[in-house]
Amino acid sequence: MVRYLIRRLMMLPLVVLGVTFLLFFLTQRLSPEMRASLYVKDPRQMGSLEEVIRQYGLRDNVFKQYGRWLAQVARGDLGYSPSANMPVAQAIKQYFPATVQLALVTMVLVVFFGVWFGVFSAVHKDRWQDTLARVISVGGFSLPIFVLGLLLLMLFYGKLGWFAPGGYSLQTDLIIHSGSFKMYTGFLLLDAVLNGNGRVFIDVLSHLVLPAVTLCIGSFALMVRVMRSSMLEELGKDYVRTARAKGLLPRQVVYKHAGKNAIIPVITLAGIQFIRLLGGTVIVETIFDYPGIGRFGVIAAQQLDIAGILGFSLMVAVLFVLGNLLSDLLYTAVDPRIRLD
Amino acid sequence: MFQNRILKRICTNKTSLAGFILVAFFGLVALLAPWLAPVHNKNNPYQMPQKSYAIAPQPPSGGYWFGTTEQQYDLYYGVVWGARLAFEIGVTVTFFAFLVGLLVGATAAYFGGKVDEVLMRLTDVVFAVPSLVLAMVIAAMLGPDIKNMMIALTVVSWPSYARLIRGDILSVKQRDYVTAARTLGARGPRILLRHILPNSIYPSVVVASLDIGYVVLTAASLSFLGLGAQPGTADWGQLIAMSRNWVLGTAQNPFAYWYTVAAPGGAIFLFVLGWNLLGDAFRDILDPRQV
Repeated sequence: MVRYLIRRLMMLPLVVLGVTFLLFFLTQRLSPEMRASLYVKDPRQMGSLEEVIRQYGLRDNVFKQYGRWLAQVARGDLGYSPSANMPVAQAIKQYFPATVQLALVTMVLVVFFGVWFGVFSAVHKDRWQDTLARVISVGGFSLPIFVLGLLLLMLFYGKLGWFAPGGYSLQTDLIIHSGSFKMYTGFLLLDAVLNGNGRVFIDVLSHLVLPAVTLCIGSFALMVRVMRSSMLEELGKDYVRTARAKGLLPRQVVYKHAGKNAIIPVITLAGIQFIRLLGGTVIVETIFDYPGIGRFGVIAAQQLDIAGILGFSLMVAVLFVLGNLLSDLLYTAVDPRIRLD
Repeated sequence: MFQNRILKRICTNKTSLAGFILVAFFGLVALLAPWLAPVHNKNNPYQMPQKSYAIAPQPPSGGYWFGTTEQQYDLYYGVVWGARLAFEIGVTVTFFAFLVGLLVGATAAYFGGKVDEVLMRLTDVVFAVPSLVLAMVIAAMLGPDIKNMMIALTVVSWPSYARLIRGDILSVKQRDYVTAARTLGARGPRILLRHILPNSIYPSVVVASLDIGYVVLTAASLSFLGLGAQPGTADWGQLIAMSRNWVLGTAQNPFAYWYTVAAPGGAIFLFVLGWNLLGDAFRDILDPRQV
């Protein structure tokens, strides 16, 4: 177990080096002037790029440059992002909590509705309810999130005016940037609770609804499927028959007995899906103009902001490796029969 | 006989039949594109014709069945030729990704040891970042156009085939007939090409071809983000990106521009749905454990 952990953690630098070198190598196609932005720390420096190019040897070979970039990163300096108009490290620190918040709310929706639909489907196996659940989940899986997002925006913002795009309203913006609102964690929902500010909480939550619903569609289908088959397996077991024979209500048998055991694979799947959601946030945050790390990455990519792109990719790679490791550990925690070595 | 059995299974199952019909329909549209929507620009048939330079989209009317986008690109032309482009992107990317995967997977499985270790760690690196994010970043660095987008998609897709093929070869490598060929004095490359590959490659070929829907979806996402096809290209993702500014409609009628999303959104949804339904059926057929 410990050996496994160590081996997996050793993968981390390998993966991060691999991904960043690949991207760094690709940046060499761009002119040194464009690449200079990676090393500029202050917007005022942008005036004299030639100096920056000379100072950092941007015309050297790629390995030398990459080594220098790594050393800079090791010191915690990720460069300056012109697209976000702030240092990359600061942009990540500012945008990241919003994305985590979005992914968490999405996961709650996915697990809640996925489990409910899955049980519903399993209990009515091979009847029209089951077919309906299947059609909805396959349909949801095939509907591109950018199409769904636009449709929801059209209906719930354009027509009904319920949920606005963005991260929060103008009033909330004024409140959280006033002196009286303290940013304890950077997670706005949590900070609103800590400040005892109900209005900010509701406002932030209402801005999360559309992105979260859009984002959950892909994972939802998978969740329904896993819950359904897991539930069917449990319902066929002896203890369920015993419970039924004792004369328990069908609802009790389904939820208290079979449901408790059937939910185990769903929990581990949720762990894995949580990390996968990050890919989807890129699109969802763009559609809803949600101030998260995904939108930061997209804007950096669109504007060829190299410092932003490299910083974003570096962060995603680290997060992904750690997340996958965590979900592997979760497997062993939930099911002791699985051993990692 | 093998093919017959699969065909029969597909035709008897309602959902897989629906998937087959959808994919076949789009295949037909793609093939017949020059007749369904006569080419407007001979040098680049994927360039959509433009009615005028007026900004606001126009609803469906006589000559423009699906309406027009902003700057008056013909949506009907875009959706029809978009089907052709979708197949072109899907097939090209899957083909090259499979080729690279085959090369890497076969090399890793055949040589084993250090070579295997290095090549598999390489696949880990690509797997370590969500494919959409990695493709997005690579496409941005290469510069947004369709060819670069296809390169980016190939770079992120090959590792899964490499792993699949490696696994299949490793299991076939142990079979008796391979040992028999070796004892008869056959050399390495001959064993690999004549004995191992033909017996291990088919499941991967099927899996790869069913990924076409997913590749097209990712490609459309990139175009939507402005990192794939450029404005004016008959690409579904691009058409949806062009509708983004109009989904909120006007103050009087929030659904005023519904048609800008409807046609390309419907096309991509049905296309991906078709492949997914077909994929489900094949997974059931290929995996005999599931009944």
